[in-house]
Amino acid sequence: MTDRFVPKPTPETRHYWDGAKAGELRLQRCTACQQTYFPPRPFCPECGSRSVAVYTASGNGTLYSYIINNIGAPGREPPFAVAIVELEEGPRLMSNIVECDQTPEALVLDMPLEVTFEVLTDEITLPQFKPAKGA
Amino acid sequence: MTPNSVAIVGAAETTNLGKLPDMGQVMLHADAALNAMKDAGLTAKDIDGVATAGHNPAELAHYLGITPTWADGTSVGGCSYMIHIRHAVAALESGLCNTVLITHGESGRSRAGALASPVFANHYDQQFELPYGVSIAPTRFTLPVMRMMKDTGLTVEQLAMVAVVQREWAAFHPRASYRDPITVDDVMNSKMIAYPFRKLMCCLVTDGGGALILTRADRAMDFPTKPVYVRGVGESLESPAISQMADMTSSRAFRTSGKLAFDSAGISHADVDHLMIYDAFAHLPIYGLEDLGFVGRGEAGPFIAEGNTRPGGKLPLNTNGGGLSYMHSGMYGMYALQESVRQMRGISPAQVDGAEISVCHGVGGMFTASGTVVMTNVA
Repeated sequence: MTDRFVPKPTPETRHYWDGAKAGELRLQRCTACQQTYFPPRPFCPECGSRSVAVYTASGNGTLYSYIINNIGAPGREPPFAVAIVELEEGPRLMSNIVECDQTPEALVLDMPLEVTFEVLTDEITLPQFKPAKGA
Repeated sequence: MTPNSVAIVGAAETTNLGKLPDMGQVMLHADAALNAMKDAGLTAKDIDGVATAGHNPAELAHYLGITPTWADGTSVGGCSYMIHIRHAVAALESGLCNTVLITHGESGRSRAGALASPVFANHYDQQFELPYGVSIAPTRFTLPVMRMMKDTGLTVEQLAMVAVVQREWAAFHPRASYRDPITVDDVMNSKMIAYPFRKLMCCLVTDGGGALILTRADRAMDFPTKPVYVRGVGESLESPAISQMADMTSSRAFRTSGKLAFDSAGISHADVDHLMIYDAFAHLPIYGLEDLGFVGRGEAGPFIAEGNTRPGGKLPLNTNGGGLSYMHSGMYGMYALQESVRQMRGISPAQVDGAEISVCHGVGGMFTASGTVVMTNVA
């Protein structure tokens, strides 16, 4: 068990969490207007079409913004970075930046990142991001 | 809306502000409401419209002995009260009710009789943000700032100056929590909370409340107070999750709400004598000045640092000291509105001489919501 906050999937987000457990970052794309969007929902927020497809994202992104949490959170020892990652496919999502010093010197805006996965419980694996190899 | 169709005829804060462990949250609402009714020379029997956030309006109406014919429970964070004013204007103009009471009370520090959360929980947060260790507001409302700094040249010293200048305003207010002067060094040496934010760039956590009473302007002269007219209003919503803000260097909700308020009031920026921008954290006045159009992109940091918003400056901003120095219960918007009313009545301890138009701009959640009210003392 973990003291961390563990998300509870809903019917509309199940594919995302199943993907993370399988080691894939799964996004949705509208088959009508081709827009990729996030968070998950079974219709396109751009055009309203219910014709959408789940696909596996590249896992590549960049560091869009962040803070370094110095006061802690349940199950987490400060300091640790909370980041906004901009995915190659367009959407942004929240992440931690792992396998990296949690300092302003190491966390440089727009640095390339790649997805990795952190097992929280038997049911839930969390997509996370780390500095891209060779960057 | 029609400019100046509605007037604020009663306005008051709780009898005390600060650390109030002996007053439960509902009573903070009621204490402020009773003070506002006394201010307007009314009793609960004269009120037929109620609006509040964080509590069911029925709870407040029953507690106070009001039989409403109109209610608004919009609860989207600290700007809910600005939005209540907009909704109240529509209700009063169309005759759905005659006298509206808007209440705020929050035991933010003592948590006496406090409810779980004043803002609705949302599943974006539960699934896609909380797992990453964002906790209290300083660890998430601050997230856009590094992007803002890189893209617009905003500096951390300019953020510190927001706190320094607002402390200068707070010094005028006997009821402000913090009144002693501070320097940029004081801010930069205060405890790191969420890099790059230090403690003195973050709001207070205190207890208090406030209430407003609105009626149609044609009745305003029947009241003992100097009427403060609602000249323009705006509101908007964006995302309940800060990670989904479309542009982290500009708030869509701010831009939308601000434009609606200026357009409905029929004013330009040069007409504004006094400005309040909800400052839960030091970057909010920066975003507000730019998104409301007072300055251009990247200009708000230098504008504040150069002294334009301090006492004697050309655009007096957050003249009660703001959430950084005056008080911040959690949903601070009501206190910003109270200071705008005091300025329009000419009774603020930090009175801006001759001020005729005040803009009061609020944020709700973490750039989730916005409400903007333009007030004037000229009918």
